[in-house]
Amino acid sequence: MTSGPLAANGAERPILQVRGLVKRFGALEVLKGIDFAVAPQELVFVIGPSGSGKSTLLRCCNRLEEPDEGSIMVDGVELTDPRCDINAMRRRIGMVFQSFNLYPHLSALRNVTLALRKVLRKSRREADEIGRAALARVGLSDKVAAYPAELSGGQQQRVAIARALSLEPKIMLFDEPTSALDPELVGSVLATMRDMRESGLTMVVVSHEMRFARDAADRVVFMDGGRIVEEGTPEKIFTAPENPRARAFVAEIAR
Amino acid sequence: MSAFERFLESFFNPKLMLRYWPDIAQGMLVTVEIALAVLASGLALGLGLALARSYRIAPVSAAIVVFVDVFRALPPLVLILIIYFGLPSVGVNLSAFAVLWLVLSLVLAAFAEEAIWAGILSVRRGQWDAARSTGLGFGQALIHVVLPQAVRLAIPPLTNRTIAITKNTALGTVIGVGEVINQAQTAVSFSGNATPLMMAAVGYLAIFAPVVALGAFIEKRFAWRRA
Repeated sequence: MTSGPLAANGAERPILQVRGLVKRFGALEVLKGIDFAVAPQELVFVIGPSGSGKSTLLRCCNRLEEPDEGSIMVDGVELTDPRCDINAMRRRIGMVFQSFNLYPHLSALRNVTLALRKVLRKSRREADEIGRAALARVGLSDKVAAYPAELSGGQQQRVAIARALSLEPKIMLFDEPTSALDPELVGSVLATMRDMRESGLTMVVVSHEMRFARDAADRVVFMDGGRIVEEGTPEKIFTAPENPRARAFVAEIAR
Repeated sequence: MSAFERFLESFFNPKLMLRYWPDIAQGMLVTVEIALAVLASGLALGLGLALARSYRIAPVSAAIVVFVDVFRALPPLVLILIIYFGLPSVGVNLSAFAVLWLVLSLVLAAFAEEAIWAGILSVRRGQWDAARSTGLGFGQALIHVVLPQAVRLAIPPLTNRTIAITKNTALGTVIGVGEVINQAQTAVSFSGNATPLMMAAVGYLAIFAPVVALGAFIEKRFAWRRA
């Protein structure tokens, strides 16, 4: 493990650095000033009650949601800068969604290769090669030609991971990647994520998979009411959180 | 002469069939030509308008909404008469064929825009999110991810509409387009017998029954499950 909880404050430049992030939906302030950094190769878990702003934080990190205030640096580039080429940056920021969001009209391979062809302008042959390799990496070599509707939820989510991975992102954002899955399908997705973690990918995961967090996360961030209320090692957050709301929440999800 | 013989005499008279079939066939050809031209330009324009509306540029969207509402609300016959008899007085002379093609194309475009736009709106937001998160631009996400899904959703309403509007080629008869009904009416006024109209009806069946079947086939072919 190359980085500990404090690595983001150390000499190494963080891959993701969020400062003073505020996001409002109409009159509702969803993020109330978030400061958050992720070091290279770090795996950060974000937990918190629903409505605490976890997903919005993640979605601001590739500007699927436009932040109202604050700064978001990814790999040294300020995303909120009007001159920032957001499409160029987004391919360096992989994202995996709760509802998979595979393209239903395209095969697994074409789901993966679309951005390779249209964004990275690779030839069909080269894109197919990368796509097949990405699908092999998530254990779906035999599903290359399958359409999303023919795949289980776990398989769909792994195709979605392959789709993001194939662009060789600097950081991967996971928005509740397993919460739409039947319990028996969660394991395969977590195994894929563990494999990515071991290959040194930087990851931010919004999820309540406590067991996975305990043995894979470097750091756990607890959010409540649009703020980061507490952060620390999984050990600390899951066994002895200081914040009373964090304590109540952890007790609740541990049941 | 029995009632049945009289019926046959006035609706299915073989002598008249023989005499008028070249005219009816000629009319069918014209009908098919207009229908195909309307189909191509109407659907293309409707698609273009739906895409333009996706960019949500307020004045553009407003103009499209006005166009769509006007052309959906007005009976095509009214538009045909206005343009055919009105435009020459401002110095624009279009042939009857061109007027019929133009009006029906615009009407089909209005309905096609609505159907495709509704399809675009009903594609779930997650599809946009996924496409944009991989670095696809707005236009790329629209063309490669959203539109193929939107068109599939739009196909059932679109096939019905397309059939209904192409059948309106019959309206061409009021401005003298030599399509099948026009030919049949001319034949009726010469022969004083309804047989040519029956022939025209059979002609319509020959043209549009396959189109209806094709529509059903397309609907089935493109009805896939959502993931």
